Amino acid sequence: MAVPAPVLTMSGIGKQFPGVKALDGVDLRLSPGEVHALMGENGAGKSTLIKVLTGVYPADTGTIELDGAGVAFGSPLEARQAGISTVYQEVNLCTNLSVAENILIGREPRRLGRIDWRRMRARAAELLSRLELSLDVAAPLSSYSPAIQQMVAIARALDVDARVLILDEPTSSLDAGEVEQLFMVMRRLKEEGIAILFVSHFLDQIYEISDRMTILRNGRLVGEWPTSELSQVQLVAKMIGQELDALERLHGAARVFDRPLVEARELGRAGAIEPFSLTVHEGEVVGLAGLLGSGRTEIARLLFGADHASTGEVTVGGAPASLRTPRAAMNHKIAFCSENRKEDGLVPDLTVRENIILALQATRGWTRPVPRDAQDELVGRYVKALRISPPDPEHLVRDLSGGNQQKVVLARWLILEPRLLILDEPTRGIDVGAKTEIQRLVAELSDGGMAVLFISAELEEVLRLSHKVEVLRDRRLVAELPNDDELTTDVLTETIASGGRAS
Amino acid sequence: MSTMTLGRAAVPVRYLPVLVTGCLLVAMFVAGGIRYEGFAHGQVVLNVFIDNAFLLVVAVGMTFVILTGGIDLSVGSVVALSTMVAAGLMAGPGWPPYVVIPLVLAIGSGLGLVMGYIVHAFDIQPFIVTLAGMFLARGLCYTIGTDSIPIQDATFTAFAQTRIDLFADLWISPSVVIAVVVVLVAAYVLHYTRLGRSVYATGGNEQSAMLMGLPVGRTKIAVYTISGFCSALGGVLLSFYMLSGYGLHAVGMELDAIAAVVIGGTLLTGGSGFLFGTVLGVLVLGLIQTIISFQGTLSSWWTKIFIGLLLFVFILLQRLFSARSRR
Repeated sequence: MAVPAPVLTMSGIGKQFPGVKALDGVDLRLSPGEVHALMGENGAGKSTLIKVLTGVYPADTGTIELDGAGVAFGSPLEARQAGISTVYQEVNLCTNLSVAENILIGREPRRLGRIDWRRMRARAAELLSRLELSLDVAAPLSSYSPAIQQMVAIARALDVDARVLILDEPTSSLDAGEVEQLFMVMRRLKEEGIAILFVSHFLDQIYEISDRMTILRNGRLVGEWPTSELSQVQLVAKMIGQELDALERLHGAARVFDRPLVEARELGRAGAIEPFSLTVHEGEVVGLAGLLGSGRTEIARLLFGADHASTGEVTVGGAPASLRTPRAAMNHKIAFCSENRKEDGLVPDLTVRENIILALQATRGWTRPVPRDAQDELVGRYVKALRISPPDPEHLVRDLSGGNQQKVVLARWLILEPRLLILDEPTRGIDVGAKTEIQRLVAELSDGGMAVLFISAELEEVLRLSHKVEVLRDRRLVAELPNDDELTTDVLTETIASGGRAS
Repeated sequence: MSTMTLGRAAVPVRYLPVLVTGCLLVAMFVAGGIRYEGFAHGQVVLNVFIDNAFLLVVAVGMTFVILTGGIDLSVGSVVALSTMVAAGLMAGPGWPPYVVIPLVLAIGSGLGLVMGYIVHAFDIQPFIVTLAGMFLARGLCYTIGTDSIPIQDATFTAFAQTRIDLFADLWISPSVVIAVVVVLVAAYVLHYTRLGRSVYATGGNEQSAMLMGLPVGRTKIAVYTISGFCSALGGVLLSFYMLSGYGLHAVGMELDAIAAVVIGGTLLTGGSGFLFGTVLGVLVLGLIQTIISFQGTLSSWWTKIFIGLLLFVFILLQRLFSARSRR
């Protein structure tokens, strides 16, 4: 395929952060009318590269050329004015403002310095219709779903004469239909000659939409390939730099477990989850499968005492237990890794060591501090075991990539040596490498006798890890399936869809 | 295919708090009118404006700051400093008012500018910065004089005694006109200029506003400058009203201003609220005072008790609204 003259060329880009070399000699070429995928694990330097390109950070070394002329942007605003627009992973809009304002703020049509609201709304509606959306542009953005907000962000990016559009993980919060709509928009923009830089963790999406890809690993350039010439397996191998034995199925079959650890009988909470019975044995990985909002997280919260049960009872190790608070659950050696690592889990301004030690310290009480030697020893062990990168316990958690932050949360709970570990979406939004490591860890832990309740939206992952799978639908536990040879993702999907195996 | 036009809230939630305050105001006025003789008179309402014109101006500045998610604790002290500088310069060297007033406004704006710059450039909590400004301005009052300085300037006294007659023997003071002009200009700025919209955007999500290319730093500096200007102007209006400058004027006025803004339905977290709400908030505070003076048997401290109770109710209401709109 003949590659047309690139509209944007970055060459030899290097960027140093305190203690980390984030980018080292990275090249990137974007051609008009192509979708270019930027691939790499979390922490490979994708975000940093985008931030250097859009002027959030200055580059330490290297040059950026736009249409053959050297540029260096001092701020995202300057980059936008030059025609480089970015839509970030988290929707960076102001949900308190109207849709129209979010699209046009900073460039509002004005008459004599006065904002012309009517023209602004008309212009916003026009831009949205280019994306085949019709919204009430006067309504506050907060009244629309994240998917719509994402589209609004794209509409905003297109208002300037964008020649380069950067989409940084735009699909992570969209459902299949919404992704399809986004792709339709991307294809249309491509035809208009816009160069699109696309970042996503979903390999299928990359293969569906992208023409070429640039792969980064550990801040270095691995190479650039046309998408059609690189298979998925080769791609992943290049991203993680090792062979793919790790991606094999970790657990083969359903096993028989005979030592029940936590038993829930007719446990339920009005309005959250209908009464269910569930037994988790020592060394068993129980997967919870179901759609978002089907009651997966509610089960986890009940077992951890984060919510109060309105019916039923729980026994731990055969004895009745009252799990009325997370503290009580922790005393029974139950740990819960929540899905919202940013909001509920981590303290970004503390170091890796401090974050890991937090839960242990909490169980001991503040009058008995963990000695520093013991801290260093424990933290060092888990940093190594989980391969937290960079392997420096005194690094601030804020500066870690998403996957490594997730490992820190995990380490915090593992240090308590729980008997039941509840993991709510531990691998969401992290890359293939960190994902396999966390999966392997779960397998190792259960081999060591720990019981794991594993919640994930990815059925493949649930299947790969679990000994048995509990299927949820509409806030009800509808089926318990042993993970035998007959159980496939298709069967699971079928069960979720039909609400039980019988039908 | 998925439907991309998802439902929006049927009731515009953002108008609700202002509506509640408006209803409260009407209810208070009706209750007062039934209970007390001579209460249901237009002049009673106008007196609320006359007695609180300076607070209204200060609260306008505070609204800008709170809309960005900040807070300005220095306003009361800046008001006092303004009365002190004005009175001191006119009583001592005998400067004319048309020099003194612009100077006072410049000092207030300058203080606000410096505080805004510190908040932005060093990324320090506005609470702390303006707390420092509060002590500084209050302390500076006493370098001018420890006692109350009377104002005898002819222009000032004339201003203080002028009545602007409206129809049917109703009247207002010139201060009310100034306050109303300030409110109208501020409302225009908030709704129809880029600065105003940046204020809302910054309060809604500062990080996003920055990534959308808005001048967040300039906006923050601007709101503290506006608040400083409004405080100084409030100080000038207060010296018309009191005809004196004193270091103990306007003690705690920052809290009255914050209370008025909050009762007016502006979220303390920023990004949501209207200037009209602040006007209603000031009127509610003023009307409480009026009712208590009509009652006659209650001490004026009951004003504080009612304001306290009202604040509790409104903060709980805010919590309710923000919880619902987050869904």
